[in-house]
Amino acid sequence: MLSYIDKIRETSARLLKDCSVEMVIGFRKGTVPMMNEPHFAKTAEAVDKLVWDSNCGINLANYLTNRQEKIGIIAKGCDSRNIVTHIIENKIKREQLIIIGVPCSGMIDKRKINAMLDGEINDVVEDENNITVKGNDFEKILNKRDVLQQNCAVCIHRNPVIYDELVADLVEEQEGVDRYADVRSIEAMSSEEKWKYFDDLLSNCIRCYACRNACPLCYCPTCFVDESRPQWVGKSQDPTDVRTFHFLRAYHCAGRCTDCGACERACPVGINMRVFTKKLEKDCLELFGWEAGMSADVRPPLDTYKPGDPDDFIK
Amino acid sequence: MEHMGIEPGRLQFSWVSSAESTKFVEVVKEVTEAIKALGPNEHFLKTKAKVA
Ligand code: SF4
Ligand code: SF4
Repeated sequence: MLSYIDKIRETSARLLKDCSVEMVIGFRKGTVPMMNEPHFAKTAEAVDKLVWDSNCGINLANYLTNRQEKIGIIAKGCDSRNIVTHIIENKIKREQLIIIGVPCSGMIDKRKINAMLDGEINDVVEDENNITVKGNDFEKILNKRDVLQQNCAVCIHRNPVIYDELVADLVEEQEGVDRYADVRSIEAMSSEEKWKYFDDLLSNCIRCYACRNACPLCYCPTCFVDESRPQWVGKSQDPTDVRTFHFLRAYHCAGRCTDCGACERACPVGINMRVFTKKLEKDCLELFGWEAGMSADVRPPLDTYKPGDPDDFIK
Repeated sequence: MEHMGIEPGRLQFSWVSSAESTKFVEVVKEVTEAIKALGPNEHFLKTKAKVA
């Protein structure tokens, strides 16, 4: 994936130079290892900071909401699907965008890597298949496949679904992956076990809302959790309030979530809140044959009525 | 909701037109009975004391 960098810089420089776009949204190296940050390049010098590696898990579609200028945006598979969702929801116009597609081979999970090693990690370098992690008194080579983010390990849309430029040949999509083993294991639990599972899952949540802020779908000017007139949900750390925040946020993402993993990645305490959105994603697929963000020409199931829509739950 | 641990049957949906008073009464009766049979709800209760 490292080989993409030159092509990304070259394409971005060209688009800026011929004034096709006013800025290019991409990634630059973060201040700590494995934490690349968004980069908004408006000049030729800024373009040289653009990078690409396995730490670009943030979803850049998040930075498009309501922008007016012409933008070049680097998009891996999931970003591209969230861009489509943004277009469908009128948050950005297709004509404003030049999408620089990046075929993706998955992002690495910094928590997994940290947990495998003791001691602080100072540097991480990668080649196509391996990740070399260096600390003060250790150096370890890890197989990238073993340290992928969980959503990337089960991703079946690694190639961008919409793009104007491509930085490399499309990659082979993973086949035969079991996307919903985790959801099924929860479905198999009794009601009490389920309740307890989510209680445990959320017990560390400090309600910092980083998950919401990282999510490209959560663009409302005032989020329901921040409103106080009326106050839809309590603002305390009470488990009831915490859970209400999480399941309502998940519902707001129903039929829209692409399982990009930006929310989980952003959480400071490592909560996998994707188990909420994944259940809805699975339901959308099973009930409506729907996968979010695959085409800007099809309306999502939640804003269309079809006579055959499942309605067995209504008595 | 059931996925997150609410007992099946506690949450019910029904479509009742404003002209269907008989159906409305029936639905209310059925739901009340079903919920009584389930017993008191133990979830979504706040356990922590309110602070100022
Ligand atoms: S809910 Fe999480 S996984 Fe889904 S689109 Fe938002 S950030 Fe991505
Ligand atoms: S990012 Fe993590 S701690 Fe913060 S609100 Fe979300 S789940 Fe809770």
